[in-house]
Amino acid sequence: MGGILLDAKNLTRTLEGEIKVTLVRDVSLSIEAEHFTAVTGPSGSGKSSLLYLLGLLDKPTTGSIHVEGIETTKLDEDRLAQFRLEKMGFIFQFHFLLPEFTALENVMMPMRRLGKRGINEQKEWGMELLESVGLKDQAHKLPKQMSGGQNQRTAIARALANDPALVMADEPTGNLDTHSAATVQQILKDIAHTPGRAVVAVTHDESFAQQADKRIHIVDGKIE
Amino acid sequence: MGARKSEMNLFFTIAIKHIMARKRQSFVSLLGIIIGVGFFLAIASLMQGSQNDFISRLIDNSPHITVHDEYREAKEQPVRQLYKDRVVELRSVQPLPETRGIRGYKQIVEDLNSRPGVRASATLTGQAILNYAGRDNAIVLNGMIPADMKDLTTIEENMKEGSVDDLIANRNGVIVGAELCRRLMLEIGDNITLTAATGQVRTFKIVGIFQTGSLDYDDKQAFTDIKRVQAMMNKSNRANTVIVKMDKYNDARALAAEIEAKTGYKSVSWQEASEDILSTLVIRNVIMYTVVSAVLLVAAFGIYNIIFTIIMEKQKDIAILKSMGFRAADIKKIFIIQGCILGIGGVAFGLPFGCLLMLALGQITFEPPGVSEPIHMPLDWSAPQFIIAGAFAFIAAVMASYLPAKKGADVLPVDILRGGQ
Repeated sequence: MGGILLDAKNLTRTLEGEIKVTLVRDVSLSIEAEHFTAVTGPSGSGKSSLLYLLGLLDKPTTGSIHVEGIETTKLDEDRLAQFRLEKMGFIFQFHFLLPEFTALENVMMPMRRLGKRGINEQKEWGMELLESVGLKDQAHKLPKQMSGGQNQRTAIARALANDPALVMADEPTGNLDTHSAATVQQILKDIAHTPGRAVVAVTHDESFAQQADKRIHIVDGKIE
Repeated sequence: MGARKSEMNLFFTIAIKHIMARKRQSFVSLLGIIIGVGFFLAIASLMQGSQNDFISRLIDNSPHITVHDEYREAKEQPVRQLYKDRVVELRSVQPLPETRGIRGYKQIVEDLNSRPGVRASATLTGQAILNYAGRDNAIVLNGMIPADMKDLTTIEENMKEGSVDDLIANRNGVIVGAELCRRLMLEIGDNITLTAATGQVRTFKIVGIFQTGSLDYDDKQAFTDIKRVQAMMNKSNRANTVIVKMDKYNDARALAAEIEAKTGYKSVSWQEASEDILSTLVIRNVIMYTVVSAVLLVAAFGIYNIIFTIIMEKQKDIAILKSMGFRAADIKKIFIIQGCILGIGGVAFGLPFGCLLMLALGQITFEPPGVSEPIHMPLDWSAPQFIIAGAFAFIAAVMASYLPAKKGADVLPVDILRGGQ
């Protein structure tokens, strides 16, 4: 087992407004490399909010998050964007692929933004990723020409485009049929167990959660 | 540098895809810009053209500088010059009767003609009565050296019958206007009798008829040899104006000031003579550019509208791009690029469209009152009109995309992702 990739301490996230809403309450946790961590809990318990905090999409009101030893809560938006680009991959309940781009172009999008690989290399790596999720022959199709499961697998390939250490999945199988869900779950588990990488998945699916190396149960924004 | 280029490539690709995904909407807003640019160009060129036409008429039809036989300020009386700190005052002192005319006009003309790009000639202008068929007609008799007439006036270009050369050949000839001839049923070769204010009477033969299009001018003006006029007016060797034409007519003001300083005679440049008209032109331009800018402003709203719509529809995409690691500035760039694309497209098609409009306008002829020949719409085809129309439209398009682009850049991914679909 590898070291700690992400270390969160005393995370609290409140929404200011007429009524103050606390989404996440004093949560401390760490994500270890080569671990598949499942975050479970009832609807509205704050598990997605916690995932957004861990994925650096949102900033905690109080608390700290260290990613690979770097304190991230003090970074500005541009630095956070760069962090997400290099170290994070996201998968959502709805695939959120860009509808005007083909599967391969969608997978290449983060690589093109990062610009570390040449365009041919990007294409090769994109094809490799699509092959790893079983979509090699769908590479040049638009999202609307593919099934929900295929789209979600494309989204997984995209999440892996820049070789991120952390893959954050928010209900990745929530919108899929049983067969597709099983495929996606298997892929995510495989990803989680590659060296230097970890997967954090928010899920409702008890059978999926049971396959996790570590389970975090959230109720009312707190770990139970 | 390479990374930057590929970055911009990526933004450009996304921008194009967004526009192409909404072909009809994009086309309509593009059309707005095209029409805006076209009309901007056509109207600006028409206004500029008419202004140029007006100024060139002003410049061609009148001397660039006219030196008059008078002083701007009345001369100080000798008694005052002599007794500066006077105690005694002489009242009712009148200026000495001076014979009108420019003293030493030949030297002035010679001096001016020796300058490169400057042509000058003296004229003696006086009133005369044309008695014909029992009617008295007051005309202005312009005496000039016939050879200079060709160079310094537009008479030669406006000749309807005969030519200035006939005047050179026949020193007793006169050139009169077409309107006068029409009114008095005069024809070329007819003799007319002119009476000067001095009482002298002379007979001239009509050797040429001109038509400028201005009825009053064509009725009242007549041209003949300066020697004849000098004799008629009892002003031998005198001229009352020196007219100057310059290649660089924009320098007329400076040269007029120089002549005036040197000779003391009032020298009026064409700019000074038409100051009121020139300032009217400035106001006219302000009004014109305000109106045509309004056309483009409306077109810019079209661009604002489509980019705003795209951003509203693309909230999800913006959220995912940002979660992926795109910065706010990247998102802004993507949408501003869309504005640029629409702006460039609008300009690229709008300028040719404007040219078509200009060609169509150029076909129109009309006959303004007081002018006897139909004229074409004057159009200015020079580059500045194109540059102004193009630049204005492009800037309007970019500005119109900036506001929605900023809104798009401010989208918080979490807000959108929480909302799910």
